[in-house]
Amino acid sequence: MRFRTLLAAVALLAALAPTTQAQPRGSVLLKGATVLTVSGAGTLENTDVLVQDGRIARIGRGLQAPSGVETIDVTGKFVMPGIIDAHSHIALSSVNEATSPVTSEVSMEDVVDPYDIGIYRALAGGVTTSHVMHGSANVIGGQNETIKHRWGQTDPDALRFAGAPRTIKFALGENPTRVHGKRGGGSGARIRPASRMGVEAVLRETFAEGKRYLEAQDRYERERRTNPRAVPPEHSERLEVIADILRGEVLIHCHSYRADEIDMLMRVLADFGVKNVTFQHANEAFKVAPELAAFGASASVFADWWSYKMEVYYSTAYNATILVRNGINTSVNSDSGELNRHLYHEAAKTQRYGDLTDDEALALITINPARQLGIDGRTGSIEVGKDADLAVFDGHPLSVYGVPALTFVDGVKYFDRLNDPDDMRLRAHPNRDVQAGTVLTLDDHDRCLEGAFVIEY
Amino acid sequence: MLATLLLAFVLQVQPQDAPKPKQGAYAVVNARIETVTGGVIERGTILVERDRIVAVGADVTIPPGIEIVDAAGLHVYPGLIDSGTRLGLTEIGSVDETTDAVELGDITPQMDALSAINPNSALIPVTRVAGVTTVLAEPSGGTLPGMAAMINLVGYTAEQMAAGARVMVMDFPTWPSARPRFGGGGARGGAQDDPEKTFRDALKRVDEIFDRAELYARIDSTWAAGKGDREPEFVPEMRALLPVVRGQMKLMIRVNQEKEIREALAWVSRRGYRNVVFSGLAEGWRVAGELAAAGFPCIVGPVLSVPTRESDRFDRAYANAGLLAQAGVKVAIRTGEAENVRNLPFNAGFAAAYGLGREEALKAVTIHAAEAFGIEGDYGSIEVGKKANFLVSTGDPFETATEIREVFIDGFRVPIDSRQIQLYREFLDRDEGRVKAVEIVPPVRN
Repeated sequence: MRFRTLLAAVALLAALAPTTQAQPRGSVLLKGATVLTVSGAGTLENTDVLVQDGRIARIGRGLQAPSGVETIDVTGKFVMPGIIDAHSHIALSSVNEATSPVTSEVSMEDVVDPYDIGIYRALAGGVTTSHVMHGSANVIGGQNETIKHRWGQTDPDALRFAGAPRTIKFALGENPTRVHGKRGGGSGARIRPASRMGVEAVLRETFAEGKRYLEAQDRYERERRTNPRAVPPEHSERLEVIADILRGEVLIHCHSYRADEIDMLMRVLADFGVKNVTFQHANEAFKVAPELAAFGASASVFADWWSYKMEVYYSTAYNATILVRNGINTSVNSDSGELNRHLYHEAAKTQRYGDLTDDEALALITINPARQLGIDGRTGSIEVGKDADLAVFDGHPLSVYGVPALTFVDGVKYFDRLNDPDDMRLRAHPNRDVQAGTVLTLDDHDRCLEGAFVIEY
Repeated sequence: MLATLLLAFVLQVQPQDAPKPKQGAYAVVNARIETVTGGVIERGTILVERDRIVAVGADVTIPPGIEIVDAAGLHVYPGLIDSGTRLGLTEIGSVDETTDAVELGDITPQMDALSAINPNSALIPVTRVAGVTTVLAEPSGGTLPGMAAMINLVGYTAEQMAAGARVMVMDFPTWPSARPRFGGGGARGGAQDDPEKTFRDALKRVDEIFDRAELYARIDSTWAAGKGDREPEFVPEMRALLPVVRGQMKLMIRVNQEKEIREALAWVSRRGYRNVVFSGLAEGWRVAGELAAAGFPCIVGPVLSVPTRESDRFDRAYANAGLLAQAGVKVAIRTGEAENVRNLPFNAGFAAAYGLGREEALKAVTIHAAEAFGIEGDYGSIEVGKKANFLVSTGDPFETATEIREVFIDGFRVPIDSRQIQLYREFLDRDEGRVKAVEIVPPVRN
């Protein structure tokens, strides 16, 4: 017994040691910027931010750098919280486990790719944290991972946002019905769901099974106290995760578009007592804004994407504004390795499509997504004690002429526009053509469905 | 009686004043006018009569009875022109029944985008309220997918929308990529085994088409001059290419990668074609000097895209237009979009911020675009005699927060309205609906 404990302690140390080593923290003094705190403190002119050991130590005027801490003059520039992308598929070597309408047992944690140049490009857009998600092929997809953009770390675990709550991807509407019911998933056989009725049925049946699993576990735990021969319920990794959702330990992030399906999921969740949900994309969330507000649900939306598929035809770019004005915690996400580089511009679109204030617009890509990911105690605003995830801009970040200049994660500078060599790859990818250059077309919208279909070569 | 009254009521409210574009005589007064070709008028007037601008200046006499649009504190810019879109040819990307940009076959130059433009597309009002008044609608698919059409974003028929330019689209052959793309269904075996041969064969085929077209043109000319012994056979593809090989219709070559751009320049030079526009040019900055020396108009975009190579600097696509302009290329910008052509001003803004500069960026979506397609006599600037295509805004139209207050297209004062704006009006402050839902019996139990 004692030996086992020792073994466990050694294993724990072994697991922790490289991780802590690989998550570097920096110290720096940023002097003389306009600081957009996205907190109650608002905008602070001509202000210094002192970062010590990866955390924001002081915010104020006339701060002095402790010895050994670099001072960077950012006079005339703007400092904002590092941008958080609540919906991304960068840094992943696969996206969809499209073999079943329910795959809660899989996790993006296992497929994080620290070599993806998309991480660096995101940094070049001021993005410090991404919620890297399973795709939308399944009604209940895999678990997601929240990462920090520590470019240069080659251990996938070094990118983890330590302490971030677990989240899981759900998907409603056209994608799961197309993949499984209308076309056929991994095996090619058509299975439920082929309709939005089927989607609800899959959800209710899975939750019901999860509830029974959870109850059986609780029964076992009770019985075990008095009966050493009590038999535990048969283990199911899939239902373990569903049970954790029902316990409120895993946050739901649900790919959804139409108002009816958004409403449907809220009814299902209410029936099973699940409270925390963020509707991803949610192009028609604006149509059920009062219902979302009553439920306390969040929404993470595109600034202006629409009409690329039937379920986003009746959309409006005013979605985010309507949601904010109805009191719903709203973020603007990218779902794209292109869009994530200018989320600050996407957020600014709420000032064309609506009338959000600068702070409201900036919140869409900072503190609001931080809340949706359960990391708002650590990041999403510039406050003393928070992680020093910061983006420095030449020009106001909501201006089309605003240009990201410096990006810090945990106080470490990972992007500097004036010191940016052409080739920032960590290694050349053997399967990617270096010479020819691949021209991406604008039809690459549906990265959410990547890997969902068998591709013939 | 009651029924009659009700019916009368219904009839009365039905033809409610739906906002609609209206042509007439307008005086836009007190505006800061950025004419693009003739400097800035700080406090000026634009007179519009039917489809044309009839006066511009600081001292314009306003005729009596004319409708006045007070633009005090506002800015006027020429209508923005997107030099490459699918607008009007597709409604919902993934719904095949709503897309008409692609015809069967590799060589279909007789396909005319104008025949498939849907003037009632919900995408059009969404686009024009951003100040984009004119776009090139392009067919795609195959080597010669057809003719693109420049259209104004107002009108009830394609003919009314036509903005005077039709160009032949050619997708220049590409080296097959070694990188299989998601959903792309890359070629099986062969093509990737010998990309060089695949490319050369494709180029040879293009040459054969144009050799035939030139021969066809000679036979046709001979016949037209009354000298031939028989009328040339009816070959629709060849007839469509006649104006191209005769230099009467622009050939728009879409090409993106460095070595393909070089090949395309060599091809154009070898064939002696001068009425050419290049479009796409994602790696144009790598060939900027050669493109400048060739002197053809160059359309780049989308600006908001990722670099073509993983080894490239993160901002190459943003900087591309600026790097080309610095080398001396006359640059216009395209979005390549359909539903989000409204992002044209933001594409221009990013190009401006990353090296093109605001002045050149403005030209890239106005006068340079018009010149690239030979319609600068009517479009691309605010000048007397030109079409009344302009926008009235609260400021710089590239700036994200700027509001577009008025849009004039072809002299029509276009309502600032679209389905997206209607949805905003309806749902911003929606009624809460039934406070408590009725019980549905029997309830569903899990």
